[in-house]
Amino acid sequence: MKMAEPSEVLVKMVNIRKSFGHAEVLRGVNFEVGYNEIVGLLGDNGAGKSTLIKILTGVHQPDSGEIYWKGQKLVNYSVAKARELGIETVFQERALSEQHSLWRNIFMGREITNRWGFLDIKKQREEAERIIREYMGFTSSALSVDAVVGTMSGGEKQGVAIARALHFQADLIILDEPTTGLSLSETQKVLSFVEEIKKQGKSAIFITHNIYHVYPVADRIVILDRGRVVGEFMKAAIPLEKLVEKLYLVARTGRLNDEGSFSEGTPKGPHGLESLMP
Amino acid sequence: MRNRWLAENRTQMSILFVLFVLLVLFMISSPKTFLSGDIYAAFMSTIPFSMIMALSLTLVVICGEMDLSFPSIMGFCGYVFTQVFHATGSVAIALLVCILVGLVAGYLNGFLIVKFRLPSLVVTIGTQFFWAGLTQVLCQGLGRTLVPTKESPLYYLLVGRVFGKVPVQMFWAVVVAFFLWLILNRHRFGAHIYYTGDNEASARVMGINVDRVKTIVFTQMGGFAAFAGVLASLEVLYFWPTLGQGYLLKTIAAVFLGGTPVEGGVGTIFGTFIGAIIIGILEAGIIAMGLSGFWTQLVYGLIIVISITIHSVLRRKVA
Ligand SMILES: Nc1ncnc2c1ncn2[C@@H]1O[C@H](COP(=O)(O)OP(=O)(O)O)[C@@H](O)[C@H]1O
Ligand SMILES: [Mg+2]
Repeated sequence: MKMAEPSEVLVKMVNIRKSFGHAEVLRGVNFEVGYNEIVGLLGDNGAGKSTLIKILTGVHQPDSGEIYWKGQKLVNYSVAKARELGIETVFQERALSEQHSLWRNIFMGREITNRWGFLDIKKQREEAERIIREYMGFTSSALSVDAVVGTMSGGEKQGVAIARALHFQADLIILDEPTTGLSLSETQKVLSFVEEIKKQGKSAIFITHNIYHVYPVADRIVILDRGRVVGEFMKAAIPLEKLVEKLYLVARTGRLNDEGSFSEGTPKGPHGLESLMP
Repeated sequence: MRNRWLAENRTQMSILFVLFVLLVLFMISSPKTFLSGDIYAAFMSTIPFSMIMALSLTLVVICGEMDLSFPSIMGFCGYVFTQVFHATGSVAIALLVCILVGLVAGYLNGFLIVKFRLPSLVVTIGTQFFWAGLTQVLCQGLGRTLVPTKESPLYYLLVGRVFGKVPVQMFWAVVVAFFLWLILNRHRFGAHIYYTGDNEASARVMGINVDRVKTIVFTQMGGFAAFAGVLASLEVLYFWPTLGQGYLLKTIAAVFLGGTPVEGGVGTIFGTFIGAIIIGILEAGIIAMGLSGFWTQLVYGLIIVISITIHSVLRRKVA
C-alpha cells in the first residue's frame, strides 16, 4: 500500500489495536479513506469491522494507534467530536429508539432547540417530514413522521437510520452492514444512496459480508480477517471473478501472495473467510 | 391528527378513567363524605408528599432505573432540616441545607451506579439502609418539635392554607409536576432521558452522555425527596424519626399506576400525577365505604394489578 501524506486522504487510521478483555479484536490495523472515495470493508462475522468503525466514530477508544482527519491527529476523541468533524454513521444495530416516533429518532442526540435547550418540536417535525420525502423516497402517506419506529419494517428502519445520516451533510458516511436483512428492492435503494454519496463528492465506508453488494459501488475494497487487514484492491484493477477467487484463497490459506498486500503473518484458522463466499 | 393524539395518550386517558370511576363509586357509596369539600382538602394536604416523590421517580423509571432509597433520604433530610432550623432559627437556611443534602445523597446514588456500573436496585437498597441507619444513629430514636417554624412566613408559603382551607403543598406538587413535565417533554434533557431508557446502547452511540443523564436523574430524585421531607415535617410540625417509612411502595405504585413501565423508555408525568391521586384517595374511600381498614391493602393490590395489565395490553396494541 502506498503510504500517502496524511493530508492527501480524508481519514487515516494507523496501527489500531483494540482488545476486549483477553480477546484481541484489532491487531494493528491500517485503514484509510480518500476524498470522494467509496471503500468497501469486507470481512467475516467477528472480524472486527464494527469495532474498527466504532473507534473511527468515537464510540470506543483504541488501546493504541492514531487517527488522522484531513491530516490532523485526533485527540480527546468522542462521538460528539466525530459529528463535529462530519462523520455520520449508520450503525449495524441501527441505533434507533424503537418506542419513539420517526421524527424524534431523526434528531436523536442533536435536537433542534433554542439557546436554553428547549425543543423546537414544530421545526423538528417539519424537517423530518422533508427528510423522509427527500432521502427515503417515502411518498406514500402510509408512513408519517409520527410513526413509532418499532412498528416499522426492517427496510423502513434502515431508511430512517440512513436518512438521518445523510441529512446532516457529512463528509464521511459509514454504513455498517446496511443491507443485512433487507429485501432485494430495499438493498437496491441502499446501493443508490451510496452512489448518491459518491456523486455529491463525499466519501463512504460500506461494510458488508456480501461481496456482490459492495462491488458495484466501491472504488476500493479492503478485506479484514480476525483483526488484520489481509487484502486491499482497487476495483478498477480487479474484475469481480478474480476478487472472488482471491477471497477463496484467503479463506483456504489465510494469506494473499500476489496483488494483495498485508499478507504476512495472517493466521489460518477454523473460521476464515468462507462466509464471504456467495 | 385526532387519532394521533388519542394513540399517544391512551395510557393517560385510561388512568384518568380509572380515577373517574373510583370517584363516582365513592360518591355513590358514601355521598356524605365524598360530596363534601372537607375530604378533598384533607387529600390535598397529604397526597403532595408522595406525589412529589412519585413525579420525580418517574424520571428515574423512564430512564430504565429504579430508586428505593428516596424514603430514607426523605427521613434523613427531615432530620437535617430540623437540626439546622434549631441551630440557626431560620427556615430558609434549613430548607436550603436540607435540599442540598438531598441532592448530594441522590448524586451519590448516581455516582455509584454510573461509575462502578452497578445495578440501581442494588445500590439504592444499600443507600436506603445507610440513610435510614444514619438517621437513627443521629437522632437516637427521638423526634423534635417544629412548632417554632410557624413564626416564619416560609411556613405558610410551604404548608399554609389558602382561604383557610386549601393546603399550599398541593400547589407545590402542581408546580413540581409542571416543571418536570416541561423538562421531560419540552427540553432536550427530557428527550435524552427517554432515549437512555429506551435503548442505552443506541443513546450512547448517538452521542448522548448516558452517564450524565443518569447522574442528574438520581440527583434530582434526592432533591425532591428532601423537599417532600420538609413539607411532611412542617405539616405535622414535628420531626418523626420514622419519617419516610411507608412511602416506598405507595410512591412506586403511583408511578406504575400512571402507566410508566418498569422497563423504562416511555412514561408520563400526567399519568403519575393521576396515579398518585388514586393511591391517595383509595384508603379514605375504602374506609368511607364502610369496609374495614383491613381491606385497604387488598384493594390497592387489585387496582394496581388491573391498571398495569390495562397499560401493558394497550402498549402491545400500539407496538
Ligand atoms: N463491546 C464489546 N465487548 C466485548 N467484546 C466485543 C465487543 N464488541 C465486539 N466484541 C467482540 O469483538 C469481535 C469483533 O466484533 P465486531 O467488531 O462486531 O465484528 P464484525 O463487525 O466484523 O462482525 C467479536 O468477537 C465480538 O464478540
Ligand atoms: Mg459488525
